[in-house]
Amino acid sequence: VKVVVAVKAVAALDDEVELVDDETTVDPDGLEWDLNEWDAFSLEEALTLRDAAGDGEVVVVTVGDEESHDALLACLAKGADRAVRIWDDALAGADPLAVALVLAAAIERESPDLVLCGVQSSDGVNGTTGVATAAHLGLPHVAVVKDIDYDAGASQATVERELEGGLVEVLRVHLPALLTIQTGINEPRYATLRAIKQAREKPLSEVGLAELGLEVDAVAAAAGSHTRRLRHPDKGEGAEMLGGSPAEVAARIADIVKERMSA
Amino acid sequence: MSGILVVAETRRDELRSVTLELIGAALELKDAAGGPVAVAIVDADPSAFTGALAVAGVDEILTVTTPTPTFEAHVAQQVLEALVEAEQPDVVLLGHTIDSMGFGPAVAARKGLGFASDVTAVSWDAGPVAIRGAYGGKLVAELDFPGRERTLLMLRAGAFEPAEADGAAVGVRAVDVAFDAAPTEHLDYREAATGDVDITKAEFLVSIGRGIEDKDNVAQFEDLADKLGATLSVSRPLVDAGWVSNARQVGQSGKTVQPKVYLALGISGAVQHLAGMQKADTIIAVNTDPEAPIFSVAHYGAVADLFDVAEALEQHFG
Repeated sequence: VKVVVAVKAVAALDDEVELVDDETTVDPDGLEWDLNEWDAFSLEEALTLRDAAGDGEVVVVTVGDEESHDALLACLAKGADRAVRIWDDALAGADPLAVALVLAAAIERESPDLVLCGVQSSDGVNGTTGVATAAHLGLPHVAVVKDIDYDAGASQATVERELEGGLVEVLRVHLPALLTIQTGINEPRYATLRAIKQAREKPLSEVGLAELGLEVDAVAAAAGSHTRRLRHPDKGEGAEMLGGSPAEVAARIADIVKERMSA
Repeated sequence: MSGILVVAETRRDELRSVTLELIGAALELKDAAGGPVAVAIVDADPSAFTGALAVAGVDEILTVTTPTPTFEAHVAQQVLEALVEAEQPDVVLLGHTIDSMGFGPAVAARKGLGFASDVTAVSWDAGPVAIRGAYGGKLVAELDFPGRERTLLMLRAGAFEPAEADGAAVGVRAVDVAFDAAPTEHLDYREAATGDVDITKAEFLVSIGRGIEDKDNVAQFEDLADKLGATLSVSRPLVDAGWVSNARQVGQSGKTVQPKVYLALGISGAVQHLAGMQKADTIIAVNTDPEAPIFSVAHYGAVADLFDVAEALEQHFG
């Protein structure tokens, strides 16, 4: 079985974040990079499917600059066979629809049986890239999957979709297909120290837009939105902060709880 | 038609509540956007819902009868693509819900629409301007859609004031769509797990998240909840890790709760969690990260170590 896993290195803000470029971008010095939490689960699912099939390939694909390199190495260390990093400076700040167009072009070259994406990324929280990628590929898609039942070589899989309130829908999907994977579907493995060292020996290719047959203008035109401005959330709506030692904080909380519960 | 097209959402013969929120948002935008507001109801039996969608200010209800008995993402995608072609709306509103996440982005990608998801507010400045979180909710982004004739916005459930169905006389028009065979087949629904506890009935919830760090620490907070006369609830990561049953999970994929007091310990406040608890009467949050989004919905907050606070808190009860 051949599975492509689309992943993302996500940016977490540190506490002293600065807005630059007329408040449309975050100063990159204030960012810490890590593999998106959802992607750890979709990668684990791909590795499990490959191992159950007895043979096959797991290819990890990302759209990202060199800050994404370590996240790909982490995927290789966990057991992915190969990684592809797609980048062009024109992709800086690309929105999910633009990223989807690029991912689709890269995935098309791989002709996988299955494409797995995280439901969303912890920084963008768009819940968009996977299903938009499937649309470009013309692949069947199921969003927010929490279980996959698939026998290698089968023309369809039975999956569970997690709906609001804990309700689950069981459905059958024709393959090849793209599934977006929800956290909790499995228990992502940790890489051994040895595997982390060996990951550097695995194939990690860096690909530009031209190699995918994409024009910079076409990618820019695919973007669904433009950021007018970033700002900090209104503090006026925020909480009244309780200061002091933990004992003082606890005393205030106890007072508030007792007052509200007797109201 | 230009104007605004709202896509209603149904599940298991019921209209989902986000639908009236979408209509409320559409009516707020109607004057600025110009043009009519149409509501599309896409279901195996759409006529069953037209009464519930009769809201003064809505200009037309469009009914589409689906070939599948339940929601199917590719069917929904085909319907919306056909409606965008035929009706030419300036703005399409969907809920940012699990079902709509399964087809909204696909329609935007294929039709070249302006697009934003998980939108919490919309204004108008020569075109729609969408407000949403950025960087995991630590920042707010204002998005616009220059050069786009049409824009699809997926609105966060609970973020917009719902309209009220008032029996207004609204014209109903059936729209035919030519359907391809759907590539998925519904087999079954499985109900949410019910545990030994119903957290939706609790008046006081002590809710714990990732900040408790280890499975072995769960018991300590069960004890704390007991001492405080509260019920223990949790955020998603603790259920994903298998530490606590999902009967105790608060959030979009768990339970929606509205207790008198919600004490959040070590919960950062992901969007999906906030959706399940932000209507609590009093929210108190303790977190080590001063930028945690939970503080934006909390009434009281403390930047502190939750273990220290929990230990001190016990002394005040029992």
